Formats: sequence, C-alpha cells, structure tokens
Amino acid sequence: MSTFRFVRVSWQLQFKMIMRSPFDGIGNVIYPLFFATTAFFVFRAGTSPRTLIYASLGAAVMGMWSSVSTSAGSAMQRERWWGTLELLVTAPRHFALILFPSTLGLASVGIYNLAATLLWGRFAFGIPLTIEHPLQFGLSVVATVLAFAGLGLLFAVSFVRFRAAWVLGNFFEYPVWLICGFLVPLALLPTWVHPIAWVLAPTWGMNAIRESALGGTPLPDLLLCLGLGAVYVVGAVLVTNRVLDDARARGSLSLT
Amino acid sequence: MIVAARIFFVGGLTSFRALFYWLTPWIYVPTMLVAPIFQILLFAYIGRSAGLASDKFFLIGNALQYAAIPCLFAMAQAIGGERYQNTLSAILVSPAPRIPLFFGRSLPVVLNGAFVAAFALFTGSLVLRVHLPTSSLAPLLLIVLIAAFSCTGLGLVNAALSLRIRENAVLSNVIFGFLLIFTGANVPLDDLPDWMSTAAQGMPFTHAIEAARQVADGASLSDVRGLIGAELLVGAIYGVAGYLLVRWFETLSRRHASLERS
Repeated sequence: MSTFRFVRVSWQLQFKMIMRSPFDGIGNVIYPLFFATTAFFVFRAGTSPRTLIYASLGAAVMGMWSSVSTSAGSAMQRERWWGTLELLVTAPRHFALILFPSTLGLASVGIYNLAATLLWGRFAFGIPLTIEHPLQFGLSVVATVLAFAGLGLLFAVSFVRFRAAWVLGNFFEYPVWLICGFLVPLALLPTWVHPIAWVLAPTWGMNAIRESALGGTPLPDLLLCLGLGAVYVVGAVLVTNRVLDDARARGSLSLT
Repeated sequence: MIVAARIFFVGGLTSFRALFYWLTPWIYVPTMLVAPIFQILLFAYIGRSAGLASDKFFLIGNALQYAAIPCLFAMAQAIGGERYQNTLSAILVSPAPRIPLFFGRSLPVVLNGAFVAAFALFTGSLVLRVHLPTSSLAPLLLIVLIAAFSCTGLGLVNAALSLRIRENAVLSNVIFGFLLIFTGANVPLDDLPDWMSTAAQGMPFTHAIEAARQVADGASLSDVRGLIGAELLVGAIYGVAGYLLVRWFETLSRRHASLERS
C-alpha cells in the first residue's frame, strides 16, 4: 500500500470518527464561534480602523486551531485508552505515520470551522466574504491545515508521558490565539513575544490566509507555514522514536 | 436538623473530594489558574486592537466570567460523575433529604469558583498593571463570591440536564460561550442588540460584573447593593429551578429506568 493511500484511507476513517464525536465534531466547531461572535461585537463597538473582515478571518483561523489544540494533544492517549496503542506500535509502518492521519483529521475539521465562522460573520454580522485571490486562499488554507496537523502530531507524541495530555492541549488554545496574530496584530504585543510567534506555523498560516483574502502577497507566508509544518513532522518523528524506545525499555507503553 | 447539616457539609465535601480525585495540581493549575489569565490577556489585547475599552474593563469581566468553568463543569460532574462511577443509584435510593444532598454538593463548587475568579482578578491586575484600590478588595471578594454562587445555580440546572444527556461537556461549553457574549464581560451591554442586553439581565455574572466594575472605580458596596441583590436573586432562581429539575429528572429516570444510562 502506498504511503499516500495509507494516509488517505486512515484520514477518512479518522475524519468519520471525529465527525461522529459530539465533542470533536460539534463542540469544537461551536465553541470557537462564541469567541468569534464576541470578537465581532468588540470590533464593531470599537473605534479602531481595523475592519470586521480582519476579525472575521482571524476568528476563522482561531476555530481551525481550536479543533487541533484541544484534541490532538491526547490523540496518542486515546489509542492507549482504547487498547489499540500496542497494535499500532507493532504495525510495520512508522508509528508517526500512523498517528498523522488522526491529527490531520482534526485539522481538517478546521476547514469546517473556517467556513462556519466566515458564514456566521457574513449572515449574522454582514461581514463581506470577499476573497481577492481565491486560488491562493485555497492553497493557504490547505497549507495551514497541513501545518496544524504537523504541530498536532508533535503535541500528540510529546504529551504522551503526561496522563493529563488533554489539559496541555487545552492549555495551548488561548496562547496561540493571542500571540499568532489572529485578532491582535503582533506589533501590539511585547517584543519578547515576537520570536515565539515566528516559530509557530499558525502565525504564518494566518498571514497567508489574510494576505490572499485581502489582496496581498501570501506566498512567503505560505512557504514559511509549510516549512515549519515539515519541521514539526520531523521533530515528531524523532520524539516518537525516543518515546517508543523508552516505553519498550520500561514496559510502560500501556500505562495510563 | 443535625443530619441535614451533616449531609450538607460533610457529604458535600466528601463527594467533592471523591468526584474530583483526578483534579491534581497538574490539571488544576493550567485549567483553573493559568487559563483565565490568558483569557483576560486575549480580550484585553483584542480590546486594545479594537479600541473599545480599558484593560480594567476586560480584566474584571473575564476574571468573573471565568468562574463559569469551575461552576458549570463541577456541578455537572457532581451529578453526572456519580452516574459515571455507578454510585448515583445508591445515592438516590438513600432516604437522605434531597435539599441538603444536592445543595451540599454545590458549596465546595461555589468556594472553588470564587477562588478561581479571585485569583484571576488579582493576578490579572498584576500582569496588566491595572490598579485596584485597596479599599475595593474586600467588596470585590464578596462580589466574586456572589457571582460564583449565581453561576453555581445555573450549574445545578446544567447538572440536572446531565441526567438526561450524555455529552454534558459540550453543553457546559455552550453555556460558557453564551455567558461570554451576553453578560457584558467583553462587550458593553449598550453595544449589544436590545434583546441580548435584556436577556443578559436574567443571566449569572451580568450584575456582578457591573457591580465589580463600579466598585473598582471607587463605588461602595451600598452603592451597588441593587446589582448585588439582582445577582443573588438570579442565582437563587437558577438554584431552585435546578433543584426542581433534578427532582423531576430523578423521577423520570426511575420511571424509564434510565438512571444508569451513560
């Protein structure tokens, strides 16, 4: 079976499971909409020249991040609870490749989040849905989904030592919303925050989506987003090897 | 009377400790102490970006509103958790009077909610360098406690619903979201549509947040007694409604043999 086909089939399976989960398929879509709505009201009531479409795009990517951050951190934990972790680890494929469709599925739900937020902004707040460069916008969304999946994979394998991995996933929701420029321009944040934002793919994914929607040049941001996503995947592979070696040596793979 | 008091205080504390055995510092600190600070920062910076209001406005609004997380989730867990651990039927078959049984479970929730909100308020004020007058601290603590009481009333309604629905975490998040939008935590009520600001009058936090903002600006407790009274009334109404709902769903669960369905 080719690697591509393997990822596609596994992604389909994971996506179906996620969409039938009330928490991941419904809760993770609705929850960011409340924050988006609040942000719309704040921007509409404020005096800033920043437009509602700025907030709409930012809130949409907030939703994309939520679907990954809250559940990807515990993706490996879930397999452990289900009793499938050992079977997956002993499969001939590299374990990181087996886990990737799971976080890719969560990131894919982010597209639903993005669309839901943009449509909510359009119909509830009258925010125009104008996309200046539709093709580049589509590419930016795909690149962002892939980068989010890579970051989710890194979360999943890094947090496996923690019993409360879901807490760490939740924990990263607000900080990324805050420092990656979704609703707050990076320039408003303290300068020591900027380097942290630069190594986070959501920053560049947000820039790429906003630039392509508003008529800028998204390509550099898009490439940076993809590049960082690839770095996360490589990091996740290395961490996976380390974690699995350690778990085999200690006999702790199934411990919860 | 003594039995009822024991059920209220000892039973409430025991059940809280039993149901939240998993709430270790590894979970409590990130979710209850750190997350509200980030929520405050997020909206304070959104407020700066949008040019809407001062940091103090968002600090007070979000610190109080975040008490919804412990109050809603913990009350749901106080009932739903028993079902999950297969102990609910043993409790409901007991002759224990229901009022101290259920309200006793809410007391630790109120105290925890107030602690979370107070910690967020004072830590947030240090992070954002918002000055809260020393004279306002004690009244603010009282208002925080009343806000937690009010939201725990709504939490009891949420807990009752957890007898009928499986995904209470989703419902709790949805209620939290409505409170985020409606209560004036981030958007002044005047800037919300009329129907929303009217609906907000019947929600926990709305009056407490307004009272806390006035106290932080120098008003005395007596100046905001109307708001405090309204917040207490809202909490009491939700508490009674929640209790009646729990009793009704308990009856339905017996009738349909659905108590253990999870």
